[in-house]
Amino acid sequence: MRFDKKSIAVAATLVVSLGLSACGGGGDGGDDGAAFTFLPKNLGNPYFDTSEVGAQSAADELGVTVTQVGPDAASPEAQVPFINTAAQQGVDALIVSANDPTAICGALEEASGAGTKIVTFDSDTDPECRDLYVSQADAAGIAKVQIEMIADQIGGAGQIAILSASANATNQNAWIELMRTELESNYPDIELVDTVYGDDDDQKSFDQTAALLQSYPELKGIVSPTTVGIAAAARYLSTSEFKGQVSLTGLGTPNQMREYVADGTVAEFALWNPDDLGYLAVQAAAALVNGDIEGEEGDTFTTERLGEYTVGADGVVLLGEPFRFNAENIDDFDF
Amino acid sequence: MKHTAATLLRSREAAVALVLLAAVVLTALKSESFVFSADGWRNLLVTPSMLVILAVGQTAVIITRNVDLSVGSVLGLTAYMTGRIFIEAPGTPIVAVVAAAIGLGAVLGLVNGVVVAVAKVPALVVTLGTLYIYRGVFLTWAGSDRINASDLPDDFLALGNAQIASVPVLSIAALAVLIAVGYHLYYSRGGREMYAIGSDPDAARLYGLPVTRRVIGAFVLSGALAGLAGVVYAVRYGTVSSGAGLGIELEAVGAAVIGGVAIFGGSGTVWGAAIGAALLVTINRALPVVGISDFWQRAVVGGLILAAIVLDRVLALRRERRLGIERDTRSLA
Repeated sequence: MRFDKKSIAVAATLVVSLGLSACGGGGDGGDDGAAFTFLPKNLGNPYFDTSEVGAQSAADELGVTVTQVGPDAASPEAQVPFINTAAQQGVDALIVSANDPTAICGALEEASGAGTKIVTFDSDTDPECRDLYVSQADAAGIAKVQIEMIADQIGGAGQIAILSASANATNQNAWIELMRTELESNYPDIELVDTVYGDDDDQKSFDQTAALLQSYPELKGIVSPTTVGIAAAARYLSTSEFKGQVSLTGLGTPNQMREYVADGTVAEFALWNPDDLGYLAVQAAAALVNGDIEGEEGDTFTTERLGEYTVGADGVVLLGEPFRFNAENIDDFDF
Repeated sequence: MKHTAATLLRSREAAVALVLLAAVVLTALKSESFVFSADGWRNLLVTPSMLVILAVGQTAVIITRNVDLSVGSVLGLTAYMTGRIFIEAPGTPIVAVVAAAIGLGAVLGLVNGVVVAVAKVPALVVTLGTLYIYRGVFLTWAGSDRINASDLPDDFLALGNAQIASVPVLSIAALAVLIAVGYHLYYSRGGREMYAIGSDPDAARLYGLPVTRRVIGAFVLSGALAGLAGVVYAVRYGTVSSGAGLGIELEAVGAAVIGGVAIFGGSGTVWGAAIGAALLVTINRALPVVGISDFWQRAVVGGLILAAIVLDRVLALRRERRLGIERDTRSLA
C-alpha cells in the first residue's frame, strides 16, 4: 500500500519536473507556477498527512505546485535520495521535516547550491543547513497554554500534579520548569504537589495516575505534557471514581483523545495544528522564493489565513500559540 | 498441628503471600483508599491479572528447564492485532478476536518450541532471537501508527471495568487460567512429565518420556497465554503503540523466580508464580503511594528477586544438611 503511494508520489514528481523544465526552460523561479517539494519524515503518517493538507491549501492560494514525496520509514538515510532528486529537478523550494539534524545536511547544501530554497518544518536541521525553520511551538507557549487550561478547568485554585515522560526527557523538563515559574508568578492559589514519571510507557503512566489519585485525595487536576502520558491517564481516569472530579489536560493528539473528550473525561487539551504548520511552511517558502524575505531576523511576511509573521533569531518562524482541542473542534482533525 | 504450621511457613508460596499481605496492609495503613475504595479494591485485583497470565505461561516453560523471553513481543503483536481487527472488520465478535489473539500467540509459541525442541538450540538464545524478530514484525506492521481507544468498540473497552460480584472480569480470567494450568501441571500425566523433564532431561529421555512434544507444548501454552495477555493489555490500556509489552518478559521471569520457580527447572508452582506476579505489581503500585521516589522502585524490585534467590539457597542448604543428618543417623542405627 505505502509502496504504491510512494511510487505514485515519485512518478508525480517526475511528471511535474518534466513539465517544469519544458515550460520553465531555465527561468529563475518565476513568481507564478513555482514548484515546491514537500518532504515529511515519512509517508502514511496521519500527522504529516494533515500538514500536507495545509501545504496544499497554501499552494492553491499562491498558485504554486506542491508535490509531496517521502520515505516509508522515518530514517535519515531514506530522506537523502528524495533531497537529491529535488535538487536535480531544480525545484524552487524544498520543505522538509528532518529525520536527523545533521545527517541530511550534505544533501541539503547541495540542493541549496543549485538554487533551491530550504525550509524545515516540525523538526529542524542544524541552522546552517537551511534558510528558514518553521517551528510549531516554543517552550514558553507550550508551558503557558497548559497552565492556562488547567487553571480554567479547576477554577483557578487547588492542588495539581504533573505526569511527565521520563525523568531525563529534556523537552518535558524545560516545560515543567517554565510551568512552575508561570504558576508561581500568576497562579498563587494553585499548588503543584508532585511530578511523577510514566516513562512514555502506557502501563507505567497508567499506574502512576492511579497512584497520584490515591496519594492526593484533594487533587483537582493533572497536567501531562506528553502524548503517551495524557492518553494513559485519560484511560485510567475514564474508568475511575474520580472521573469528572479531577481534570486532566496536557499535550495530546485528537485521535488519541477523541474517546475521552466524547465521554467527558477530558475537557480540553493542546498541541499545535499540523494543518496550519504545513500551510505556514509553504507560505514561508514562497516568501523566500519571491524574494519578499531573505530569511534574516526581523524579516516579515503576511499570510492570508494566519496573518503576519516575523523571522526570529537563527531564521526561526514560530507558528504561534499551541492549538486547543475540545469537544467543538476535535472532529475536524484526523491525526 | 505444629507440623502443618511449620510446613506452611517453609512453603515458598506462603512466604511470598505473607510478604504480599504485609505490603498491602502497610500501604493501606498509609493510605486507606489503597484497599478501601472502589478504585483501590478494583486496582488491587485487576492490575496483576496481565502479569499473572504471563507468569503462569512462563512457569510452564521454566519447569521444563527452558525460558521464553519472547512473550513481551508476542503480547505487543497480539495487542496490536486485536485493535487492527476491530478497525478492519468492525463488528467482529469479541470472542472471535480473543480466539484469534490466542491463536496467533500459540503459533508464535510453536515456532519457539519447534526450534528449541527439534533443533536443540538453547531456549535462551532462540527466544532472545524471536524477541527481536517478533518485535521487528510488530514495528514493521504498526510503523508510527497506533491503536487508539476510539478505534476499539465500547463493549470491548468496558471489559476493563466490568465486575461480577465486585470481582473484575479480568481478574476472573487470570484466575481461570491459573486454576486450569495449575490443575494440568499437578494432576495430569503430561504435567508431571514436564516436571520430570525439567529435573533431568536426559533421564526423562532414557525413560521414554515424550520430551520433544512436552517442551513444544509448554512453549505453545506460553505463547497462547501471551496472546491472551495481549488482549488484556488492549482492554485495560485502550492504547497500543509499538512499545507495548517492551521488557515485560523480564517481569514474567522475575515473578516466577520470586514465587519459587527454580530457574533450572523441575520445581515450583504456578500458584507461587502468580503470587510473585501479584507481589511485583502491587509493590510497584504501593511504592509511590508510600512516598518512595520513582528512582528507587526498580531497585526494590531487584532487591526482591535477589532476596528470593538467597532464600532459596538458604532453604536448599538447610534441607541438604537435614537430609544428611537423617542419613547419618540411619546408617549409625
